[in-house]
Amino acid sequence: MILLHQNKCDYCGTCVGICPENCIELAETDLVIDHKICTVCHKCIWICPVEALFARKDNGS
Amino acid sequence: MDLKKNYDIIVIGGGPAGCMAAITASQKNVSVLLLEKDREIGYPVRCAEAVGKDGLEKLLADKIDTRWIAATIKKFQFVAPDGTIVYPQVPMTGYVLHRKLFDFDLGLLASNAGAKIVTKACVKGLIKDDDYVSGVRVDINGTNRSIRGKIIIGADGVESRVGRWAGIDTTVHMRDMETCAQMTLSNLDIDQNTCVFYFSQRKFPGGYGWVFPKGHNTANVGLGISGDNARKANAFQRLEEFIKDEFPESSIMSKTVGGVPCANRLPRISKNGILLAGDAALQANPVSGGGIATGMTAGKIAGGIAADAIRCDDVSAGFLMKYEKEWDAACGNAQKRYYRLKEGIKKLTDEQLNQTAHALKNIPQEKQTLVKIFQTALIKQPGLLVDIIKTLSPFST
Repeated sequence: MILLHQNKCDYCGTCVGICPENCIELAETDLVIDHKICTVCHKCIWICPVEALFARKDNGS
Repeated sequence: MDLKKNYDIIVIGGGPAGCMAAITASQKNVSVLLLEKDREIGYPVRCAEAVGKDGLEKLLADKIDTRWIAATIKKFQFVAPDGTIVYPQVPMTGYVLHRKLFDFDLGLLASNAGAKIVTKACVKGLIKDDDYVSGVRVDINGTNRSIRGKIIIGADGVESRVGRWAGIDTTVHMRDMETCAQMTLSNLDIDQNTCVFYFSQRKFPGGYGWVFPKGHNTANVGLGISGDNARKANAFQRLEEFIKDEFPESSIMSKTVGGVPCANRLPRISKNGILLAGDAALQANPVSGGGIATGMTAGKIAGGIAADAIRCDDVSAGFLMKYEKEWDAACGNAQKRYYRLKEGIKKLTDEQLNQTAHALKNIPQEKQTLVKIFQTALIKQPGLLVDIIKTLSPFST
């Protein structure tokens, strides 16, 4: 699953814009990933300007 | 909080596009609610803050406040990959803004025109009736509310979800998302009237680096790379390298990162009861990434058409299509040309960029006119460089 380094994240929303599944939500300083919808395509990890997102092997994903 | 249950128009997002929509609609005497998810209009700033003087004057005329202007730009420099500098003579004036003040004042203009503004209001979903968007579900300071609106204007930026909730696919392709980082640096020895652009496929693949002066001895120093080039090194790491090389003595006054959609606008930016404007509709200039003027133009048109739709009691996609047509005439048709140009620029190798810069180096600076640059660039890339100069500048509208 995709996880977030909260201290690295600048809450810019770039990952929200490229997410093909619309499974990321940006509130003011809160980034929420809906793991039920996320397909772990890694695009958010690649696009993030500060590498705040990372994948962890979990339940086979 | 004194909020009604119904408004004619609900604008989501209090950036330049949303505020312009709220200003224009309010001036036409319809009720407008503007919802901003952050706690303050104008903060945080995620922008290189450059805008063309002509474009801004066309949009705001005598409302322009000199407090917004951090620097006035009259000159440009292009730096080739090997460091060769070209001084294109472009008869264009630009501003580098204090976006924090600028956005706040646009919010004030909207409020003074009659719009109701609420911050820390995060929209969680849309209300729909049949095939029409007819309201929002919004979290205001931790309390959920449902508010009805006859038309919703989604100006919620690159992180937009409003369009998707309405059934419009707003997903930006990796190659069309510029992932950017910027620091406002101080203690810089730079000319405050010159914007500098750096090109290098190695350092800024699919994008460019910039130094935009911001008054005193400060500047916005940043870079963007295209998403399909972002896997090797992220934008922030690249910027730290760039600053270490170019401005080792500077201090860092602020850091910001963000994504800029450098695409064609979405195929549909309106549906029954809803319009999208600004970055949410992918309306920035795909070559420069400049989106202040195009977004404000979209907001202005959207606000006007939405108010007309309310007065005609027709909020159907058919009526709202006028917005798409008007924006295309104002910016969208040019955007298509810029997008094709972007594709051309992406193919230029560092060697080709260096060769063009060297050829221009032999021409006296004052003669590096667009015509001369055109002739020089014509040898290898007919017309391309002249288009770059015309359109790269965030000051072109």
